[in-house]
Amino acid sequence: MDYILEMKGISKSFGEVQSLRNVDFRVGANEIVGLLGDNGAGKSTLIKIITGYYRPDSGEILFRGQPVENLTVPKARALGVETVYQERALADLQTLWRNIFLGRELSNRLGVLQVKRMKDETQRLMVDQMGYTSSAVNPDSVIKTFSGGEKQGVAITRALYFHAELVILDEPTMGLSLHETRKLLNFVRDIKEAGKCAVFIDHNVFHVYSVADRVVVLDRGQIAGEFLTKDITHDDLMDKMYRVAQTGSLD
Amino acid sequence: MTARVENSKPERVRLAALMQFARKNGLQIGIIGVMLGIWLLFIIGASDTFLKPDIYRALMTSVPYWGVIALPLTMVIIAGDIDLSFISIMAVGMVVFWEAYETTSSLGVAFAASLVSGFLVGLLNGIIVVRLGIPALIATIGTQFFWRGVVEVIRRGQGESLTLARDTVLRDVLVSKVGGYVPAQVIWMVLVALAVWFLLNRHKLGAHTYLIGDNEASARLMGVNVGRTRMLLFALVGVAAAFGGIIQSLDVWYFWPNLGEGYLMTTLAAVFLGGTSVFGGTGTILGTFVGCFIIGAIQPGIIAIGLTGYWTKLIYGLIITVSVAMHAFVRRRME
Repeated sequence: MDYILEMKGISKSFGEVQSLRNVDFRVGANEIVGLLGDNGAGKSTLIKIITGYYRPDSGEILFRGQPVENLTVPKARALGVETVYQERALADLQTLWRNIFLGRELSNRLGVLQVKRMKDETQRLMVDQMGYTSSAVNPDSVIKTFSGGEKQGVAITRALYFHAELVILDEPTMGLSLHETRKLLNFVRDIKEAGKCAVFIDHNVFHVYSVADRVVVLDRGQIAGEFLTKDITHDDLMDKMYRVAQTGSLD
Repeated sequence: MTARVENSKPERVRLAALMQFARKNGLQIGIIGVMLGIWLLFIIGASDTFLKPDIYRALMTSVPYWGVIALPLTMVIIAGDIDLSFISIMAVGMVVFWEAYETTSSLGVAFAASLVSGFLVGLLNGIIVVRLGIPALIATIGTQFFWRGVVEVIRRGQGESLTLARDTVLRDVLVSKVGGYVPAQVIWMVLVALAVWFLLNRHKLGAHTYLIGDNEASARLMGVNVGRTRMLLFALVGVAAAFGGIIQSLDVWYFWPNLGEGYLMTTLAAVFLGGTSVFGGTGTILGTFVGCFIIGAIQPGIIAIGLTGYWTKLIYGLIITVSVAMHAFVRRRME
C-alpha cells in the first residue's frame, strides 16, 4: 500500500507529562483512518504534530515516502494537510470571508489583500458547498451568530477550499445536532469517494466505525492496537475500547 | 396588486441592505454621532469660540502631535496589546534627532535617524512583550520610565532651541501653514490615517492583527505568525511616536526633554472613545481619527463653555471609563 503519511517512533512530552511514547502511525492513499482513545490518550497531540503545530521530541515524519524536517503549519498545508480542529479555529468577531481565508489570505506579493476575490470565492463556496441560500447570511456576516453546525460548516468548507490531500477531523461531531452529524459523516464518505484520505477522531465509537477503513486505538500515549473495520464488529470494538480504558490492554 | 408586490420587494431588499450597513458600521456611525453631539453642545454653549475659525486652526495644530500615534496604537490595541511607553519614545526620538544633527549637520539625516530609533525602541517593546511573555501593560510602564530616564540622564534637563530649522525644507514640509491657514501636520495626520487604514483593512498585517486580537489560539492553529505581527505593531507605534515628537518640537521651535508628558491619557482616550475594544479584535481607524479631534476639543471646549480647566481630567476619565464599560456591556450581551 502507498502511504500518504508515515510517522515513526514519535514521542512528545510537555514538561513532566509524556503525551506520546514511540508512536507509529500511518495513513494510506484513499484511506479513512479512525483514531480512538479516551481523554488524555494523546489524540490531539498526535494530530497537532501532523499539522505542524507541535514539534515531536523524537521520531520521523514522511509524506509520500519523503522525510520532512521541521514541519510547520504552512509547510504541512503546502503538503496538502487540512485540519478541522476541535476548537474550530475560527475568529468569532470577524466576517465569514475573513474566516474562510484565515491565515492564508489571498494577496499579492506585497501582502496587499485581494478582498473582492476573497468575497466572491466565499459567496461561491456558500452556495456550492455550504448550501446557504438565505439572504441574511453573506460573506460580510460576522460569524459569532452562527450555530455550532454552521461554524463547523465554515471550518470544513475552509479545509476543502484549499485542495486537501489529507483531511484531519478532530472531534468534528462535538456540539452538532443529529442532522448535522449525519451531514458530517456523509462528508467524510465524500472524501473517500474523491480519492483523498482522512484521519477521523471522535469519542463516539459508532461514528468512527461507520466511516473508517481502519481504526487505531491510542491509550496513554501509546498505540494499543489497530483493526480493519471489515474484520471486526462494532460490538467487539466497543468491548475492546472499554477493556483498554480499564486495563490498558485490548485483550 | 402585482405592481405593489413588485415595488415592495426591492424596497425590502434596500431596507435589509441599510440595516446591514448600520450593523456593520455601527461603531463608526456612533462615534460620528458623538462628535456631532459634542460639537453642537460646544457651539450652543460657547458660540463665540466655536463659530470662529481660530479654534479649528488650534485643533489642527496640536491634535496631530499625538494623533499620529493614536492611529497605529489602534492596531496594537486591536491585537490585544497596549503601549504606554510612546510618550517617552517621542523624547528618545528627539534626543536622537538632536545628536544626529549635531554630528552630521543634516536635518534629513536627523529626521531619518529619529524615525529609525523610534522603530527600534518600539521593536524592543515588542520583543519584551512577545519573547519574554510579559503583559504589555506592565512591560511598557517599565520601558516608559526607562526611556524617560535615559533622556533625562543624557539631557540633564536641558532643552534645545530648534530655530536652526527656520526656512528649511523639513520644517516647511512637516509643520508650515498650507495656504496660510491649514497646518501641514494635520495633512500628515490624514496621510498617516490613510496608510494605517490601508494596513489594517487591505493588508495581511491588518488581517492578522484582527485575528490575533479576536482569537489568538485560532490564529496560531491556522499558521499566523503571531509573535512577528505583534512585534511589528509595537515598532510601528515607535516610528509614529518619533514622528509625533519631531512635529511637536519643530512646531514650537523647541525640544523639551519632558516632551510627550501629558499625551498619554489623551491618546488612549481617543482610541477607546473611537470604538476600539480593550479586549481586542475590533476597532476602526476612522473611529480613532474622529476620537482624536473630540478629545482635542474637550479641553478648549470646557473652558470656552465657562467651566474651569480643573474639569478636563474628570471628563477624560469619564470618557475612558464609559467607552470601555460600553464594550464590556456589549460583549457580555453577545455571550
